[in-house]
Amino acid sequence: MSFNARGAWSIFIRELMRFLRTAFQSVLAPVMTTSLYFIVFGAAIGGRMGDIGGVDYAAFIIPGLLMLTLLGETTSNASFGIYMPRFTGTIYELLSAPVGVAETLIGFVGAAAVKSLILAAIILATARLFVDYHIAHPIIALLYIMLVAAAFALFGFILGIWADGFEKLGIIPMLFLTPLTFLGGTFYSIAMLPKPWDTIALFNPIVYLVSGLRWAFYGTADVHFTVSLAITLGFLAVCVAVIAVIFRTGWRLRT
Amino acid sequence: METILELAGLGKTYPGGLKALDGVDLAIRKGEIFALLGPNGAGKTTLIGAVCGLVRPTAGTMRAFGHDLATDWRAARRRIGLVPQEMATDMFEPVIRAVTYSRGLFGLAPDAGRIEQVLRSLSLWEKRNDQIRTLSGGMKRRVLIAKALAHEPELLFLDEPTAGVDVELRKDMWRQIGALRERGTTIILTTHYIEEAEEMADRVGIIDKGRLLMVDEKAEMMARLGRTEARFTLAASLGRIPPALGDIPVELDNGGRVLVYRGGDGTGKGKAEVADLTKALIAAGIDYTGIDVHESSLEDIFVQLIERGEVAA
Repeated sequence: MSFNARGAWSIFIRELMRFLRTAFQSVLAPVMTTSLYFIVFGAAIGGRMGDIGGVDYAAFIIPGLLMLTLLGETTSNASFGIYMPRFTGTIYELLSAPVGVAETLIGFVGAAAVKSLILAAIILATARLFVDYHIAHPIIALLYIMLVAAAFALFGFILGIWADGFEKLGIIPMLFLTPLTFLGGTFYSIAMLPKPWDTIALFNPIVYLVSGLRWAFYGTADVHFTVSLAITLGFLAVCVAVIAVIFRTGWRLRT
Repeated sequence: METILELAGLGKTYPGGLKALDGVDLAIRKGEIFALLGPNGAGKTTLIGAVCGLVRPTAGTMRAFGHDLATDWRAARRRIGLVPQEMATDMFEPVIRAVTYSRGLFGLAPDAGRIEQVLRSLSLWEKRNDQIRTLSGGMKRRVLIAKALAHEPELLFLDEPTAGVDVELRKDMWRQIGALRERGTTIILTTHYIEEAEEMADRVGIIDKGRLLMVDEKAEMMARLGRTEARFTLAASLGRIPPALGDIPVELDNGGRVLVYRGGDGTGKGKAEVADLTKALIAAGIDYTGIDVHESSLEDIFVQLIERGEVAA
Protein backbone atom coordinates (compact mmCIF):
# COMPACT_ATOMS: atom_id res chain seq x y z
CA MET A 1 0.00 0.00 0.00
CA SER A 2 1.53 3.33 -1.02
CA PHE A 3 0.04 6.81 -0.76
CA ASN A 4 -3.27 6.71 1.11
CA ALA A 5 -5.37 9.12 -0.94
CA ARG A 6 -8.59 8.29 0.92
CA GLY A 7 -6.85 8.94 4.22
CA ALA A 8 -5.69 12.37 3.05
CA TRP A 9 -9.16 13.16 1.70
CA SER A 10 -10.79 12.11 4.98
CA ILE A 11 -8.57 14.45 7.00
CA PHE A 12 -9.16 17.26 4.51
CA ILE A 13 -12.94 16.93 4.58
CA ARG A 14 -13.05 16.58 8.34
CA GLU A 15 -11.00 19.74 8.82
CA LEU A 16 -13.27 21.65 6.45
CA MET A 17 -16.31 20.39 8.36
CA ARG A 18 -14.70 21.67 11.55
CA PHE A 19 -14.44 25.07 9.87
CA LEU A 20 -18.06 24.96 8.77
CA ARG A 21 -19.15 24.11 12.31
CA THR A 22 -18.04 27.57 13.31
CA ALA A 23 -18.84 29.12 9.94
CA PHE A 24 -20.81 32.00 11.40
CA GLN A 25 -17.86 33.15 13.48
CA SER A 26 -15.33 32.24 10.80
CA VAL A 27 -17.08 34.33 8.17
CA LEU A 28 -18.45 37.14 10.27
CA ALA A 29 -15.18 38.00 12.01
CA PRO A 30 -13.18 38.80 8.86
CA VAL A 31 -16.16 40.63 7.31
CA MET A 32 -16.45 42.78 10.42
CA THR A 33 -12.71 43.42 10.68
CA THR A 34 -12.34 44.29 7.01
CA SER A 35 -15.35 46.57 7.14
CA LEU A 36 -13.92 48.39 10.16
CA TYR A 37 -10.57 48.87 8.44
CA PHE A 38 -12.28 50.26 5.38
CA ILE A 39 -14.44 52.60 7.42
CA VAL A 40 -11.48 53.90 9.44
CA PHE A 41 -8.62 53.80 6.94
CA GLY A 42 -10.53 53.83 3.70
CA ALA A 43 -13.30 56.36 4.27
CA ALA A 44 -12.26 58.43 7.31
CA ILE A 45 -8.49 58.72 6.81
CA GLY A 46 -8.16 57.56 3.22
CA GLY A 47 -10.08 60.55 1.89
CA ARG A 48 -7.22 62.81 3.00
CA MET A 49 -4.46 60.51 1.71
CA GLY A 50 -4.84 60.81 -2.05
CA ASP A 51 -3.30 58.27 -4.42
CA ILE A 52 -0.25 56.11 -3.74
CA GLY A 53 1.60 55.10 -6.88
CA GLY A 54 -1.49 56.01 -8.89
CA VAL A 55 -3.76 53.79 -6.78
CA ASP A 56 -6.61 55.22 -4.72
CA TYR A 57 -5.69 54.81 -1.02
CA ALA A 58 -8.78 52.75 -0.14
CA ALA A 59 -7.90 50.33 -2.94
CA PHE A 60 -4.19 50.48 -2.07
CA ILE A 61 -4.76 48.93 1.37
CA ILE A 62 -6.77 45.92 0.04
CA PRO A 63 -3.75 43.61 -0.59
CA GLY A 64 -2.30 44.51 2.82
CA LEU A 65 -5.61 43.87 4.60
CA LEU A 66 -5.98 40.63 2.73
CA MET A 67 -2.48 39.59 3.79
CA LEU A 68 -3.16 40.65 7.39
CA THR A 69 -6.17 38.34 7.67
CA LEU A 70 -4.65 35.62 5.52
CA LEU A 71 -1.48 35.25 7.59
CA GLY A 72 -3.24 35.35 10.95
CA GLU A 73 -6.17 33.09 10.08
CA THR A 74 -4.12 30.55 8.11
CA THR A 75 -1.54 30.22 10.84
CA SER A 76 -4.21 29.94 13.54
CA ASN A 77 -6.34 27.45 11.60
CA ALA A 78 -3.44 25.16 10.79
CA SER A 79 -1.92 25.35 14.26
CA PHE A 80 -5.23 24.60 15.98
CA GLY A 81 -5.92 21.86 13.43
CA ILE A 82 -2.96 19.78 14.63
CA TYR A 83 -2.68 21.10 18.19
CA MET A 84 -6.21 20.14 19.22
CA PRO A 85 -5.78 16.42 18.39
CA ARG A 86 -2.53 16.52 20.37
CA PHE A 87 -4.24 18.27 23.26
CA THR A 88 -7.33 16.03 23.35
CA GLY A 89 -5.47 12.81 22.58
CA THR A 90 -7.34 12.12 19.34
CA ILE A 91 -4.01 12.18 17.52
CA TYR A 92 -3.71 8.50 18.45
CA GLU A 93 -5.98 7.69 15.54
CA LEU A 94 -3.86 9.59 13.06
CA LEU A 95 -0.63 8.07 14.32
CA SER A 96 -1.99 4.54 14.27
CA ALA A 97 -3.50 4.88 10.78
CA PRO A 98 -1.67 4.17 7.53
CA VAL A 99 -1.10 7.87 6.87
CA GLY A 100 2.30 9.51 6.58
CA VAL A 101 3.64 13.01 6.22
CA ALA A 102 2.16 13.54 2.74
CA GLU A 103 -1.38 12.53 3.69
CA THR A 104 -1.25 14.51 6.92
CA LEU A 105 -0.03 17.66 5.21
CA ILE A 106 -2.49 17.41 2.34
CA GLY A 107 -5.28 16.93 4.86
CA PHE A 108 -4.46 19.50 7.49
CA VAL A 109 -2.48 22.06 5.50
CA GLY A 110 -4.68 21.72 2.44
CA ALA A 111 -7.81 22.34 4.51
CA ALA A 112 -6.23 25.31 6.28
CA ALA A 113 -5.19 26.76 2.92
CA VAL A 114 -8.67 26.26 1.43
CA LYS A 115 -10.26 27.95 4.44
CA SER A 116 -7.92 30.87 3.83
CA LEU A 117 -8.92 31.08 0.19
CA ILE A 118 -12.57 31.20 1.25
CA LEU A 119 -11.71 33.99 3.68
CA ALA A 120 -9.77 35.84 0.98
CA ALA A 121 -12.81 35.68 -1.30
CA ILE A 122 -15.01 37.00 1.52
CA ILE A 123 -12.62 39.87 2.23
CA LEU A 124 -12.43 40.83 -1.43
CA ALA A 125 -16.21 40.72 -1.71
CA THR A 126 -16.51 42.88 1.42
CA ALA A 127 -13.92 45.32 0.05
CA ARG A 128 -16.03 45.67 -3.08
CA LEU A 129 -18.79 47.15 -0.93
CA PHE A 130 -16.51 50.03 0.05
CA VAL A 131 -14.22 50.62 -2.89
CA ASP A 132 -14.10 49.93 -6.59
CA TYR A 133 -10.90 48.13 -7.50
CA HIS A 134 -9.51 46.32 -10.48
CA ILE A 135 -7.05 43.43 -10.21
CA ALA A 136 -4.29 43.79 -12.82
CA HIS A 137 -3.08 40.17 -12.72
CA PRO A 138 -5.98 38.11 -11.33
CA ILE A 139 -4.48 34.68 -12.09
CA ILE A 140 -1.14 35.61 -10.54
CA ALA A 141 -2.99 37.13 -7.56
CA LEU A 142 -4.95 33.91 -7.04
CA LEU A 143 -1.85 31.72 -7.37
CA TYR A 144 0.13 33.98 -5.07
CA ILE A 145 -2.63 33.93 -2.43
CA MET A 146 -2.68 30.13 -2.69
CA LEU A 147 1.09 30.01 -2.31
CA VAL A 148 1.10 32.29 0.74
CA ALA A 149 -1.83 30.35 2.25
CA ALA A 150 0.02 27.05 1.75
CA ALA A 151 3.27 28.44 3.19
CA PHE A 152 1.59 29.83 6.32
CA ALA A 153 -0.56 26.74 6.74
CA LEU A 154 2.70 24.76 6.88
CA PHE A 155 4.09 27.33 9.30
CA GLY A 156 0.95 27.03 11.44
CA PHE A 157 1.27 23.25 11.37
CA ILE A 158 4.81 23.55 12.78
CA LEU A 159 3.54 25.99 15.38
CA GLY A 160 0.78 23.56 16.39
CA ILE A 161 3.32 20.78 16.88
CA TRP A 162 5.79 23.02 18.72
CA ALA A 163 3.22 24.51 21.11
CA ASP A 164 2.70 22.78 24.43
CA GLY A 165 -0.04 25.11 25.58
CA PHE A 166 -2.70 27.44 24.23
CA GLU A 167 -0.63 30.46 25.18
CA LYS A 168 2.16 29.49 22.81
CA LEU A 169 -0.38 29.02 20.02
CA GLY A 170 -1.42 32.63 20.34
CA ILE A 171 2.01 34.16 20.86
CA ILE A 172 3.39 33.89 17.33
CA PRO A 173 0.36 35.30 15.46
CA MET A 174 -0.27 37.98 18.09
CA LEU A 175 3.27 39.09 18.92
CA PHE A 176 4.99 38.56 15.60
CA LEU A 177 2.69 38.16 12.60
CA THR A 178 0.23 40.96 13.30
CA PRO A 179 2.85 43.60 14.23
CA LEU A 180 5.09 42.63 11.32
CA THR A 181 2.14 42.81 8.93
CA PHE A 182 1.16 46.24 10.24
CA LEU A 183 4.76 47.36 9.80
CA GLY A 184 5.05 45.54 6.48
CA GLY A 185 3.42 48.15 4.31
CA THR A 186 -0.22 47.20 4.79
CA PHE A 187 -1.31 50.79 5.10
CA TYR A 188 1.57 52.57 3.37
CA SER A 189 4.28 52.15 0.81
CA ILE A 190 7.80 51.51 2.14
CA ALA A 191 8.93 54.36 -0.10
CA MET A 192 6.91 56.74 2.12
CA LEU A 193 9.11 55.95 5.13
CA PRO A 194 11.95 58.31 6.05
CA LYS A 195 15.52 57.04 6.01
CA PRO A 196 16.78 54.76 7.54
CA TRP A 197 13.34 53.19 8.22
CA ASP A 198 12.75 52.43 4.55
CA THR A 199 15.89 50.26 4.60
CA ILE A 200 15.16 48.73 8.01
CA ALA A 201 11.65 47.82 6.77
CA LEU A 202 13.23 45.57 4.13
CA PHE A 203 14.34 43.23 6.93
CA ASN A 204 10.69 42.56 7.63
CA PRO A 205 9.76 39.47 5.55
CA ILE A 206 6.09 40.45 5.49
CA VAL A 207 7.01 43.50 3.37
CA TYR A 208 7.78 41.13 0.49
CA LEU A 209 4.47 39.30 0.85
CA VAL A 210 2.36 42.45 0.92
CA SER A 211 4.40 43.94 -1.89
CA GLY A 212 4.05 40.79 -4.00
CA LEU A 213 0.30 40.75 -3.66
CA ARG A 214 0.07 44.48 -4.30
CA TRP A 215 1.97 44.01 -7.54
CA ALA A 216 -0.44 41.24 -8.58
CA PHE A 217 -3.34 43.59 -7.79
CA TYR A 218 -2.12 46.89 -9.23
CA GLY A 219 1.15 46.25 -11.05
CA THR A 220 2.99 48.49 -8.60
CA ALA A 221 5.10 47.36 -5.65
CA ASP A 222 7.87 48.29 -3.22
CA VAL A 223 10.06 45.36 -4.29
CA HIS A 224 10.20 43.39 -7.51
CA PHE A 225 7.61 40.60 -7.70
CA THR A 226 10.25 37.94 -8.40
CA VAL A 227 11.94 38.81 -5.08
CA SER A 228 8.59 38.41 -3.30
CA LEU A 229 7.98 35.12 -5.07
CA ALA A 230 11.46 33.81 -4.26
CA ILE A 231 11.11 34.70 -0.58
CA THR A 232 7.66 33.07 -0.36
CA LEU A 233 8.91 29.90 -2.08
CA GLY A 234 11.97 29.87 0.17
CA PHE A 235 9.80 30.15 3.29
CA LEU A 236 7.58 27.35 2.01
CA ALA A 237 10.64 25.15 1.35
CA VAL A 238 11.99 25.78 4.86
CA CYS A 239 8.61 24.85 6.39
CA VAL A 240 8.44 21.63 4.32
CA ALA A 241 11.98 20.71 5.43
CA VAL A 242 11.16 21.34 9.11
CA ILE A 243 7.99 19.23 8.87
CA ALA A 244 9.91 16.42 7.17
CA VAL A 245 12.33 16.40 10.11
CA ILE A 246 9.44 16.46 12.61
CA PHE A 247 7.86 13.39 11.02
CA ARG A 248 11.15 11.56 10.68
CA THR A 249 12.04 12.05 14.32
CA GLY A 250 8.48 11.96 15.67
CA TRP A 251 9.24 15.13 17.67
CA ARG A 252 6.24 16.07 19.85
CA LEU A 253 4.12 13.51 17.99
CA ARG A 254 5.41 10.12 19.09
CA THR A 255 6.91 9.44 22.48
CA MET B 1 -1.43 -21.83 14.58
CA GLU B 2 -0.56 -18.85 12.38
CA THR B 3 1.39 -16.07 14.09
CA ILE B 4 0.19 -12.61 13.11
CA LEU B 5 2.29 -10.44 15.39
CA GLU B 6 5.88 -11.06 16.40
CA LEU B 7 7.85 -8.86 18.76
CA ALA B 8 11.52 -9.65 19.27
CA GLY B 9 13.70 -7.92 21.84
CA LEU B 10 11.36 -4.94 21.89
CA GLY B 11 12.70 -2.16 24.06
CA LYS B 12 11.81 1.41 24.86
CA THR B 13 14.10 3.57 26.94
CA TYR B 14 13.10 7.19 27.41
CA PRO B 15 15.74 9.94 27.28
CA GLY B 16 15.72 10.18 31.08
CA GLY B 17 16.79 6.53 31.26
CA LEU B 18 13.40 5.03 32.19
CA LYS B 19 13.04 1.59 30.64
CA ALA B 20 9.38 1.26 29.71
CA LEU B 21 9.96 -1.93 27.72
CA ASP B 22 12.88 -4.24 28.29
CA GLY B 23 13.56 -6.96 25.71
CA VAL B 24 9.99 -8.08 25.13
CA ASP B 25 9.55 -11.20 22.99
CA LEU B 26 5.98 -12.06 22.10
CA ALA B 27 4.14 -13.95 19.38
CA ILE B 28 0.39 -13.50 18.94
CA ARG B 29 -1.64 -16.23 17.26
CA LYS B 30 -4.41 -15.62 14.80
CA GLY B 31 -7.87 -15.65 16.35
CA GLU B 32 -6.89 -15.66 20.00
CA ILE B 33 -7.73 -13.29 22.83
CA PHE B 34 -4.51 -12.37 24.54
CA ALA B 35 -4.66 -10.54 27.85
CA LEU B 36 -1.70 -8.49 28.92
CA LEU B 37 -1.77 -8.10 32.67
CA GLY B 38 0.31 -5.78 34.73
CA PRO B 39 0.15 -3.13 37.41
CA ASN B 40 0.02 0.58 36.54
CA GLY B 41 3.19 1.69 34.78
CA ALA B 42 4.18 -1.88 33.90
CA GLY B 43 4.55 -1.09 30.18
CA LYS B 44 1.23 -2.38 28.84
CA THR B 45 0.22 0.83 27.08
CA THR B 46 3.79 1.42 25.87
CA LEU B 47 3.79 -2.01 24.26
CA ILE B 48 0.51 -1.30 22.48
CA GLY B 49 1.76 2.16 21.52
CA ALA B 50 4.89 0.68 19.98
CA VAL B 51 2.93 -1.69 17.76
CA CYS B 52 0.36 0.96 16.81
CA GLY B 53 2.87 3.69 15.96
CA LEU B 54 2.36 5.96 18.96
CA VAL B 55 5.67 5.10 20.59
CA ARG B 56 9.07 4.82 18.90
CA PRO B 57 10.84 1.72 20.17
CA THR B 58 14.54 2.04 20.92
CA ALA B 59 15.35 -1.64 20.44
CA GLY B 60 14.03 -4.79 18.80
CA THR B 61 11.87 -5.63 15.83
CA MET B 62 8.12 -5.88 15.24
CA ARG B 63 6.41 -7.79 12.47
CA ALA B 64 2.67 -7.84 11.87
CA PHE B 65 1.07 -10.02 9.20
CA GLY B 66 4.56 -10.61 7.84
CA HIS B 67 5.27 -6.89 7.42
CA ASP B 68 8.09 -5.17 9.24
CA LEU B 69 6.42 -2.40 11.24
CA ALA B 70 9.47 -0.15 10.90
CA THR B 71 9.62 -0.21 7.11
CA ASP B 72 6.33 -1.59 5.81
CA TRP B 73 4.09 0.07 8.39
CA ARG B 74 1.36 1.18 6.00
CA ALA B 75 0.46 -2.36 4.98
CA ALA B 76 0.58 -3.58 8.57
CA ARG B 77 -1.37 -0.72 10.17
CA ARG B 78 -4.15 -1.11 7.64
CA ARG B 79 -5.03 -4.38 9.39
CA ILE B 80 -4.66 -3.21 12.99
CA GLY B 81 -7.22 -1.38 15.10
CA LEU B 82 -6.76 0.41 18.41
CA VAL B 83 -9.22 1.32 21.12
CA PRO B 84 -7.35 3.68 23.44
CA GLN B 85 -7.68 3.83 27.18
CA GLU B 86 -8.50 7.54 27.23
CA MET B 87 -11.82 8.84 25.93
CA ALA B 88 -10.18 10.58 22.98
CA THR B 89 -12.50 11.67 20.21
CA ASP B 90 -13.96 14.86 18.79
CA MET B 91 -16.90 15.28 21.13
CA PHE B 92 -18.78 17.67 18.83
CA GLU B 93 -18.91 15.23 15.95
CA PRO B 94 -21.98 13.07 15.29
CA VAL B 95 -21.34 9.37 15.90
CA ILE B 96 -21.77 8.27 12.29
CA ARG B 97 -19.41 10.91 10.94
CA ALA B 98 -16.71 10.00 13.46
CA VAL B 99 -16.93 6.33 12.52
CA THR B 100 -17.02 7.06 8.79
CA TYR B 101 -13.95 9.26 9.17
CA SER B 102 -12.04 6.43 10.84
CA ARG B 103 -12.80 4.11 7.93
CA GLY B 104 -11.56 6.67 5.41
CA LEU B 105 -8.42 7.35 7.43
CA PHE B 106 -7.44 3.73 6.95
CA GLY B 107 -7.83 4.05 3.20
CA LEU B 108 -11.13 2.23 2.73
CA ALA B 109 -13.94 3.39 0.47
CA PRO B 110 -17.12 4.55 2.21
CA ASP B 111 -19.42 1.65 3.00
CA ALA B 112 -22.69 2.72 4.57
CA GLY B 113 -23.74 -0.90 5.05
CA ARG B 114 -20.60 -1.78 6.97
CA ILE B 115 -20.87 1.35 9.16
CA GLU B 116 -24.50 0.51 9.92
CA GLN B 117 -23.52 -3.05 10.81
CA VAL B 118 -20.80 -1.85 13.19
CA LEU B 119 -23.08 0.71 14.83
CA ARG B 120 -25.92 -1.79 15.20
CA SER B 121 -23.60 -4.41 16.70
CA LEU B 122 -22.63 -1.90 19.37
CA SER B 123 -26.20 -0.62 19.90
CA LEU B 124 -25.21 2.79 18.56
CA TRP B 125 -27.40 2.92 15.46
CA GLU B 126 -30.19 4.85 17.16
CA LYS B 127 -27.62 7.39 18.34
CA ARG B 128 -25.84 7.74 15.01
CA ASN B 129 -26.75 11.38 14.48
CA ASP B 130 -26.11 12.45 18.07
CA GLN B 131 -23.04 14.43 18.98
CA ILE B 132 -20.67 12.19 20.91
CA ARG B 133 -20.56 14.61 23.85
CA THR B 134 -24.26 13.95 24.50
CA LEU B 135 -23.75 10.20 25.00
CA SER B 136 -23.23 8.40 28.28
CA GLY B 137 -19.74 7.24 29.29
CA GLY B 138 -20.43 3.68 28.21
CA MET B 139 -21.79 4.79 24.85
CA LYS B 140 -18.73 6.97 24.27
CA ARG B 141 -16.51 3.98 24.88
CA ARG B 142 -18.54 2.02 22.35
CA VAL B 143 -18.00 4.81 19.84
CA LEU B 144 -14.25 4.33 20.26
CA ILE B 145 -14.70 0.63 19.58
CA ALA B 146 -16.87 1.39 16.54
CA LYS B 147 -14.19 3.73 15.21
CA ALA B 148 -11.57 1.03 15.66
CA LEU B 149 -13.77 -1.54 13.90
CA ALA B 150 -14.75 0.69 10.98
CA HIS B 151 -11.83 -0.50 8.86
CA GLU B 152 -12.43 -4.16 9.71
CA PRO B 153 -9.13 -4.83 11.50
CA GLU B 154 -7.89 -8.37 11.84
CA LEU B 155 -5.93 -7.49 14.97
CA LEU B 156 -7.58 -5.29 17.57
CA PHE B 157 -5.89 -3.71 20.57
CA LEU B 158 -8.11 -2.82 23.49
CA ASP B 159 -6.26 -0.77 26.06
CA GLU B 160 -8.09 -1.13 29.37
CA PRO B 161 -11.48 -1.49 27.65
CA THR B 162 -13.46 -1.56 30.85
CA ALA B 163 -11.46 0.83 33.02
CA GLY B 164 -13.84 2.98 35.02
CA VAL B 165 -17.06 1.45 33.71
CA ASP B 166 -19.77 -0.09 35.85
CA VAL B 167 -20.24 -3.82 36.27
CA GLU B 168 -23.15 -4.10 33.85
CA LEU B 169 -21.31 -2.28 31.11
CA ARG B 170 -18.19 -4.33 31.74
CA LYS B 171 -20.14 -7.54 31.21
CA ASP B 172 -21.68 -6.04 28.10
CA MET B 173 -18.20 -5.14 26.86
CA TRP B 174 -17.08 -8.72 27.43
CA ARG B 175 -19.98 -9.91 25.31
CA GLN B 176 -18.93 -7.52 22.55
CA ILE B 177 -15.35 -8.75 22.70
CA GLY B 178 -16.58 -12.35 22.59
CA ALA B 179 -18.63 -11.53 19.51
CA LEU B 180 -15.57 -10.04 17.83
CA ARG B 181 -13.62 -13.19 18.48
CA GLU B 182 -16.46 -15.20 16.97
CA ARG B 183 -16.00 -13.19 13.81
CA GLY B 184 -12.31 -14.11 13.72
CA THR B 185 -10.75 -10.92 15.07
CA THR B 186 -7.57 -11.43 17.05
CA ILE B 187 -7.71 -9.37 20.23
CA ILE B 188 -4.99 -8.13 22.51
CA LEU B 189 -6.33 -6.46 25.60
CA THR B 190 -4.60 -4.87 28.51
CA THR B 191 -6.28 -4.86 31.83
CA HIS B 192 -5.61 -4.75 35.49
CA TYR B 193 -8.94 -6.44 36.20
CA ILE B 194 -7.71 -10.01 36.53
CA GLU B 195 -11.30 -11.17 36.40
CA GLU B 196 -11.47 -9.83 32.87
CA ALA B 197 -8.52 -11.93 31.72
CA GLU B 198 -9.85 -14.95 33.59
CA GLU B 199 -13.22 -14.55 31.88
CA MET B 200 -12.10 -14.01 28.32
CA ALA B 201 -8.47 -14.67 27.55
CA ASP B 202 -7.08 -17.70 25.79
CA ARG B 203 -3.56 -16.74 26.75
CA VAL B 204 -2.22 -14.42 29.36
CA GLY B 205 0.99 -12.41 29.48
CA ILE B 206 2.18 -10.86 32.70
CA ILE B 207 4.27 -7.73 32.39
CA ASP B 208 5.98 -5.67 35.07
CA LYS B 209 8.64 -2.96 34.89
CA GLY B 210 8.74 -3.38 31.11
CA ARG B 211 9.60 -7.07 31.27
CA LEU B 212 7.29 -9.82 30.13
CA LEU B 213 7.46 -12.15 33.13
CA MET B 214 5.38 -14.95 31.71
CA VAL B 215 3.25 -15.88 28.71
CA ASP B 216 1.11 -18.97 28.80
CA GLU B 217 -2.27 -20.49 28.06
CA LYS B 218 -4.60 -19.32 30.79
CA ALA B 219 -5.54 -22.90 31.69
CA GLU B 220 -1.88 -24.00 31.68
CA MET B 221 -0.89 -21.10 33.86
CA MET B 222 -3.64 -21.93 36.34
CA ALA B 223 -2.59 -25.58 36.32
CA ARG B 224 1.09 -24.82 36.75
CA LEU B 225 0.84 -22.06 39.27
CA GLY B 226 -2.60 -22.56 40.77
CA ARG B 227 -2.78 -23.68 44.37
CA THR B 228 -5.44 -25.04 46.72
CA GLU B 229 -5.61 -23.69 50.23
CA ALA B 230 -7.70 -25.47 52.87
CA ARG B 231 -8.03 -24.20 56.44
CA PHE B 232 -9.30 -26.67 59.04
CA THR B 233 -10.57 -25.07 62.24
CA LEU B 234 -9.64 -27.62 64.89
CA ALA B 235 -11.82 -28.54 67.87
CA ALA B 236 -8.70 -28.54 70.07
CA SER B 237 -5.34 -26.86 69.55
CA LEU B 238 -2.40 -28.93 68.36
CA GLY B 239 1.18 -28.37 69.52
CA ARG B 240 2.73 -29.98 66.46
CA ILE B 241 1.81 -31.63 63.18
CA PRO B 242 0.67 -35.21 63.84
CA PRO B 243 2.95 -37.78 62.10
CA ALA B 244 -0.17 -39.54 60.84
CA LEU B 245 -0.63 -36.77 58.27
CA GLY B 246 2.49 -38.06 56.50
CA ASP B 247 3.78 -36.03 53.56
CA ILE B 248 0.68 -33.88 53.10
CA PRO B 249 1.94 -30.25 53.06
CA VAL B 250 0.26 -28.73 56.13
CA GLU B 251 1.22 -26.25 58.79
CA LEU B 252 -0.35 -24.87 61.94
CA ASP B 253 -1.69 -21.39 62.28
CA ASN B 254 -3.46 -19.27 64.85
CA GLY B 255 -1.70 -20.87 67.84
CA GLY B 256 -2.40 -24.40 66.67
CA ARG B 257 -6.15 -23.80 66.28
CA VAL B 258 -6.04 -23.89 62.47
CA LEU B 259 -4.44 -26.50 60.27
CA VAL B 260 -3.56 -25.07 56.89
CA TYR B 261 -3.02 -27.07 53.72
CA ARG B 262 -1.36 -25.40 50.73
CA GLY B 263 -0.70 -27.50 47.66
CA GLY B 264 -2.01 -28.77 44.38
CA ASP B 265 -1.32 -27.46 40.92
CA GLY B 266 -4.63 -26.19 39.65
CA THR B 267 -5.53 -29.55 38.02
CA GLY B 268 -7.55 -31.00 40.90
CA LYS B 269 -4.62 -32.56 42.70
CA GLY B 270 -5.09 -30.12 45.57
CA LYS B 271 -8.75 -31.07 46.08
CA ALA B 272 -7.83 -34.76 46.12
CA GLU B 273 -5.16 -34.12 48.75
CA VAL B 274 -7.65 -32.15 50.86
CA ALA B 275 -10.01 -35.15 50.69
CA ASP B 276 -7.15 -37.42 51.79
CA LEU B 277 -6.35 -34.99 54.57
CA THR B 278 -9.92 -35.08 55.94
CA LYS B 279 -9.76 -38.88 56.04
CA ALA B 280 -6.32 -38.82 57.71
CA LEU B 281 -7.55 -36.35 60.37
CA ILE B 282 -10.56 -38.54 61.19
CA ALA B 283 -8.37 -41.65 61.24
CA ALA B 284 -5.98 -39.92 63.64
CA GLY B 285 -8.88 -38.84 65.85
CA ILE B 286 -8.33 -35.14 65.27
CA ASP B 287 -11.67 -33.36 65.33
CA TYR B 288 -12.37 -30.16 63.41
CA THR B 289 -15.31 -27.76 63.39
CA GLY B 290 -15.01 -26.19 59.94
CA ILE B 291 -13.21 -26.32 56.59
CA ASP B 292 -12.57 -23.39 54.31
CA VAL B 293 -11.24 -24.38 50.85
CA HIS B 294 -9.96 -21.79 48.39
CA GLU B 295 -8.68 -22.40 44.86
CA SER B 296 -6.16 -19.74 43.84
CA SER B 297 -7.35 -17.43 41.13
CA LEU B 298 -5.41 -15.82 38.31
CA GLU B 299 -5.20 -12.86 40.64
CA ASP B 300 -3.30 -14.90 43.23
CA ILE B 301 -0.93 -16.08 40.51
CA PHE B 302 -0.52 -12.57 39.22
CA VAL B 303 0.28 -11.16 42.66
CA GLN B 304 2.67 -14.03 43.32
CA LEU B 305 4.54 -13.38 40.06
CA ILE B 306 4.66 -9.64 40.45
CA GLU B 307 5.91 -9.93 44.02
CA ARG B 308 8.59 -12.34 42.93
CA GLY B 309 9.39 -10.06 39.98
CA GLU B 310 10.98 -12.74 37.87
CA VAL B 311 10.11 -15.34 35.29
CA ALA B 312 8.39 -18.06 37.19
CA ALA B 313 9.01 -21.08 35.01
